[in-house]
Amino acid sequence: MCECKLSEGAKAKFAELDAFIDGLGINAKDDRRRGYLIQVLHKAQDIFGYLPREVQKHVADKLVLTEAQVSGVVSFYNYFTTDPKGKYCVNVCLGTACYVKGSEKVLSEIERVLGVKADTVPTADGLFSISALRCVGACGLAPVMVVNGKVYGKVTPAKAVEIINEYKAKG
Amino acid sequence: MNKITSQQDLLAAFNASKNALALRCVSEHDINSKKKDILCCGGTGCHASNSNVMMDNLRQLIKEHGLENDVRVVQTGCFGFCAQGPIVKIMPDNVFYVQVQPEDAKDIVEQHIVNHQLVERLLYVEPMIKERIHDYAKMSFYAKQERIALRNCGLLDPEDISEYIAAEGYQALAKCLFDMKPADVVQEVLNSGICGRGGAGFPTGMKWKIAAGVQADEKYIVCNADEGDPGAFMDRSIMEGDPNSIIEAMAIGGYAIGAQHGLVYIRAEYPLAVNRLQLAINQAREVGLLGKNIMGTNFSFDIDIKLGAGAFVCGEETALIHSMEGMRGEPTTKPPFPANIGGGYWGCSTNVNNVETYASIPVIIRKGAKWYAKIGNWKPELDENGNFVKTISGNAGTKVFALAGQINNVGLVEVPMGTTLREIIYDIGGGIAGGREFKAVQTGGPSGGCITKENLDTPIDYGSLAKIGSMMGSGGMIVLSDKDCMPAMAKFYLGFTKDESCGKCTPCRIGTRRMLEMLEKICDGTATEETLVELEKLANTIRDTALCGLGQTAPNPILSTLRYFKDEYIAHVRDKKCPAGTCSKLYTLKITDACKGCTKCARNCPVGAITGEKKQKHVIDVNKCIKCGACIDGCPFKAIVKE
Repeated sequence: MCECKLSEGAKAKFAELDAFIDGLGINAKDDRRRGYLIQVLHKAQDIFGYLPREVQKHVADKLVLTEAQVSGVVSFYNYFTTDPKGKYCVNVCLGTACYVKGSEKVLSEIERVLGVKADTVPTADGLFSISALRCVGACGLAPVMVVNGKVYGKVTPAKAVEIINEYKAKG
Repeated sequence: MNKITSQQDLLAAFNASKNALALRCVSEHDINSKKKDILCCGGTGCHASNSNVMMDNLRQLIKEHGLENDVRVVQTGCFGFCAQGPIVKIMPDNVFYVQVQPEDAKDIVEQHIVNHQLVERLLYVEPMIKERIHDYAKMSFYAKQERIALRNCGLLDPEDISEYIAAEGYQALAKCLFDMKPADVVQEVLNSGICGRGGAGFPTGMKWKIAAGVQADEKYIVCNADEGDPGAFMDRSIMEGDPNSIIEAMAIGGYAIGAQHGLVYIRAEYPLAVNRLQLAINQAREVGLLGKNIMGTNFSFDIDIKLGAGAFVCGEETALIHSMEGMRGEPTTKPPFPANIGGGYWGCSTNVNNVETYASIPVIIRKGAKWYAKIGNWKPELDENGNFVKTISGNAGTKVFALAGQINNVGLVEVPMGTTLREIIYDIGGGIAGGREFKAVQTGGPSGGCITKENLDTPIDYGSLAKIGSMMGSGGMIVLSDKDCMPAMAKFYLGFTKDESCGKCTPCRIGTRRMLEMLEKICDGTATEETLVELEKLANTIRDTALCGLGQTAPNPILSTLRYFKDEYIAHVRDKKCPAGTCSKLYTLKITDACKGCTKCARNCPVGAITGEKKQKHVIDVNKCIKCGACIDGCPFKAIVKE
């Protein structure tokens, strides 16, 4: 992509990604360079928040892979997303332990309150996006929800709304 | 710590650091001891309940009292008793505090540490005797457990390699390198009887023997830490609580099969485990226990971490290998097996074992195969030299189970093979939560099946569980009560396998979707008895024709619930009723005459579907009602029923 069209913020992000990839010491002629792909995509998603097409293309160029190879991997794994996320990512665990403790009700209440469905678009104000998650391994606290990495245990639909409201107040 | 370049160096490091555990491994307990270690659980579960704030508070208060030279606050791995977390254990006092909140730090320091008095309110109430007790060994949750894979969880600081060395860590590796030939190591693991704890139960020693027999310069040893079964968390706990045991075991495996490279494939959903493992690898490299010429021998070995990205199928070893190669995690047909040339990582011979399997290896080497083989219900056939020929019945060693669902004591339990489900659920697990009735326990996650009341006395080993239509799996054990609907559980699991099907083979890609659709119809009350016949036929077809383990086992939750709970399916399709009252399309909520008109339900209702005057019976507008159940949960008079 033409560098001149990029904003200063985006330039800095691509520079950060490049510095990481260059640090891996990948040899373009090594058949095994592809083994770095998932690691690089994790870093790219950390930096950009999601993996839009231009980022995928950039990664493909840097690792000397085809865009199709990169896109195939991105679309295969649940962890990678091609859509932007809200400022706060609300993840509700739908693992078995949480499911039998009623996490589906927690999820539908959050969807109702925020007015968006899980794994779709963020809320109109850009604050929240909702995802369903498969087990964070904190089954002792079921049902569990995670907001930007912070785990909340033993949530009820009412408690989930309280938590959402706390973040809403923060803005 | 100095660099360890010989067996003597390791011994010196052990002698120099063993004092660190002096207070934790005492036979005489003493609440009046001036010196104390305060062990705090630092696992994901307790972290989520603010255990790190609590630890900061403890450290701060200890400093304020000028006790920092005598009292240490140590962050350990998981104690396993997650339902009671955050957990704090004080040694050498042998006092076990439960559900400790940040504000409880004050009482612990002022009352217990300074004045040597128990903080009674933080002690665990043993349900059997309804008394508060401080000795964890007397708790029914721990009494029947035998912790081998979890031996260091809740004992050591996982972020400090010297504590692992103090607990005789890396001595098993030294024993292999200096006293045993690679073939002896393989034989020892074979004779121990340990089988793959990831679920398939293939003898680990056999796997090593096959890999060791391959002639190649480049081989890999892989740790499968892609714990995908939702509801199982033993691998996470081990990696968070005792990462060095994985490193040591992988090095032992590397020596045994002739591999110089190790790889840990770990889920990105476990950030704490990734960090702890990386830290442990870095420390092991620094002291020379990973890298070139370990302990001055010709053996060189190093480990790298490979991150997963959220795909259940990557727990299958061929899919896992493709994922590590930066590809879509799709499985391939075996043979070639990963151990074969052309079948493993970049085509090299590769040996894959599970986290829990590795965690048991160092103890097996240190204490000997004979010691391990005696634990559990294993009956092997041996040759004249006492070497393993085949298994007659049962299995050796212990298995860790993640007990969750409708059970009182949610947590990780490690028991000898052959323990019965009844002992696990009622003695260790403390029975069904809320005094409800036991219905079934689901083992093996989305690939497994359910076990009913009639089979509660089945001894737990790979063969016995398979015989009753379930499987060991990775050790997830979800306990279900009379309020859980079995067709809905099957629907839940199929929703999972449908999402996680990689799409490569048709039976799994299309089949799981079709089965899910049928289950949705059943739960919505739009299916007929014919649907059940079709469902069973399709399930059997998919089991026989899918490419890999994911597809072949995806029908198990259906087949097993159909086998044991056919009446529930019939109720859904014939009577359009959900006996457990969970399928929301098959009931409406109604307020009975027991209503006193307290207005609580009307206030609780998130959609304003309940109306009524104060002190008058309320009414639910069924068209507005979303059946969330908030009214039922809040009603003090139990006046709201499902019909």
